[in-house]
Amino acid sequence: MTTITYATRDSVTMLRRNLKHLVRYPSLTLTIIGMPVVFLLLFVYVFGGTMGAGLPGGTGSAEGDVSRADYLHYVTPAILVMTVASVANSTAIVVAKDATEGIIDRFRTMPIARSAPVTGHVLAAMAQTVLAVVVVLALALALGYRAGASVAGWAGAAGVIVLTGWAVTWLSVALGLASGSVEAASNAPLPLILLPFLSSGFVPTGSMPTALAWVAEHQPFTPVIETLRACLEGRDPGSDVWWAIGWCILTAVTCCWWAGRLFGRVRAV
Amino acid sequence: MTYRDTAIEVAGLTTSYGDHAVLRGIDLTVPTGTVYALLGPNGAGKTTMVRILSTLVAADEGRARIAGFDVRTQPDRVRRCIGVTGQFSAIDELLTGRENLRLMADLAHLDAREAGARVADLLVRFGLADAAGRRAATYSGGMRRRLDLAMTLVSRPRVIFLDEPTSGLDPRSRRDLWQVVRELLAGGVTIFLTTQYLEEADQLADTVGLLDGGRLVATGTPAELKLRAGGETLDDVFLALTGHAVATPADQDERQAAR
Ligand SMILES: Nc1ncnc2c1ncn2[C@@H]1O[C@H](COP(=O)(O)OP(=O)(O)OP(=O)(O)O)[C@@H](O)[C@H]1O
Ligand SMILES: [Mg+2]
Repeated sequence: MTTITYATRDSVTMLRRNLKHLVRYPSLTLTIIGMPVVFLLLFVYVFGGTMGAGLPGGTGSAEGDVSRADYLHYVTPAILVMTVASVANSTAIVVAKDATEGIIDRFRTMPIARSAPVTGHVLAAMAQTVLAVVVVLALALALGYRAGASVAGWAGAAGVIVLTGWAVTWLSVALGLASGSVEAASNAPLPLILLPFLSSGFVPTGSMPTALAWVAEHQPFTPVIETLRACLEGRDPGSDVWWAIGWCILTAVTCCWWAGRLFGRVRAV
Repeated sequence: MTYRDTAIEVAGLTTSYGDHAVLRGIDLTVPTGTVYALLGPNGAGKTTMVRILSTLVAADEGRARIAGFDVRTQPDRVRRCIGVTGQFSAIDELLTGRENLRLMADLAHLDAREAGARVADLLVRFGLADAAGRRAATYSGGMRRRLDLAMTLVSRPRVIFLDEPTSGLDPRSRRDLWQVVRELLAGGVTIFLTTQYLEEADQLADTVGLLDGGRLVATGTPAELKLRAGGETLDDVFLALTGHAVATPADQDERQAAR
């Protein structure tokens, strides 16, 4: 076998190990899915009536299920992206925990592909992302969310989720390796959770103060959420899609390189 | 000498953490098929030595070859020859004993049938067959140690490093482990072990190196060292050659308990 097939095989072995961990430690996955679920319910049932009425083209009155349904429609793409970020939060913790385990030193004395442990984490986190997004989307549909997307639109939406998941996963793997302890790792990705709020995901940027609106319009989550929204509504996302792809690739490549360097020096003393 | 007869070759190995010199010029040679015991008190640098020889950390100076391969420039070749059981447990607690061994077999690229047979064999040999389906987190200290060692052996390494393999084991488990070491030797492997137990070195080692203050203060067969120091036990030897005693098992058990 060639080096590439060995590297693939080792990565799949590591993926299997990480998936077993996820199954044996289900509370982490439940937390991951729990957070966006709570936010979805909160935003639709608590804030939804008022927020929906305030949307451009809204009824203007803070009453009725109409505004609530409008807001569900508006906020679902943001909640889906937040789900992706929520997985990243746990990935950083899992990676930091694993890096402190004795078995990592054992791996490092074995003739396995250097990248395999990290790749295994990335693949497991991607699987978790897909699972979590499907669950949250199913809940949104159950609450009455209706996407107007064609098959192409759904494919585009899936693409946005996977690409975003890939980028934030690499970011959280690097953060997990860099933090050096589980405690530090649990705080490191906090900006990832907060950043979606400062985007066009929950309210249109036009309703924000000028400075904040500028930040919201230029931060990576806005084009990602807008592209997802457009795909789900069956519209053409325009230039947002290129910004989204650019941000994701930039993040993933930078963090992949960073994680590689960090993994080289991880020492379990 | 060629790699055929020399499994481990170390010359001028020097390393420090900050301005704390841990190893100050270690030279040693371990012939293939023999046991070398590195004996030293807490903090002597035994683990550091094992970590350098097993490609985990680089020494500041000096050279080390395993089976003819340089640990610094050919780490992958070295890793293909070695198996390492570190001082602290290196098992996956969320996996079962069987899954831990299977993980090693998969990473050693054994095919499925071979892997299954190897895992089953090791489970029996290390008395873990009954507990094979339980998570390693539920294992006792002795079982963990055995699983740890079994994991090291999955890939059939030619050179095996054991860092304090019997610390925390009761006398019976200790003797069982010695028996395993003897069986491995019969299979032609080379073993580099560290220990604070004088009896252990006496029982197992062809060559003993006394590590103190970052230097090998004496090297020889257990019998030679006893002769040199004019003492009966390695305890006398250590006292005669270093001016202080080695830690006793009681000290060590205290240390384990403190963890
Ligand atoms: N990562 C590190 N950073 C700083 N100092 C270290 C590090 N690792 C080891 N040391 C120091 O190097 C010295 C040797 O440590 P080492 O672990 O090799 O000793 P040892 O002989 O294995 O001891 P023990 O019997 O307690 O396991 C000690 O003084 C230790 O404090
Ligand atoms: Mg040690």
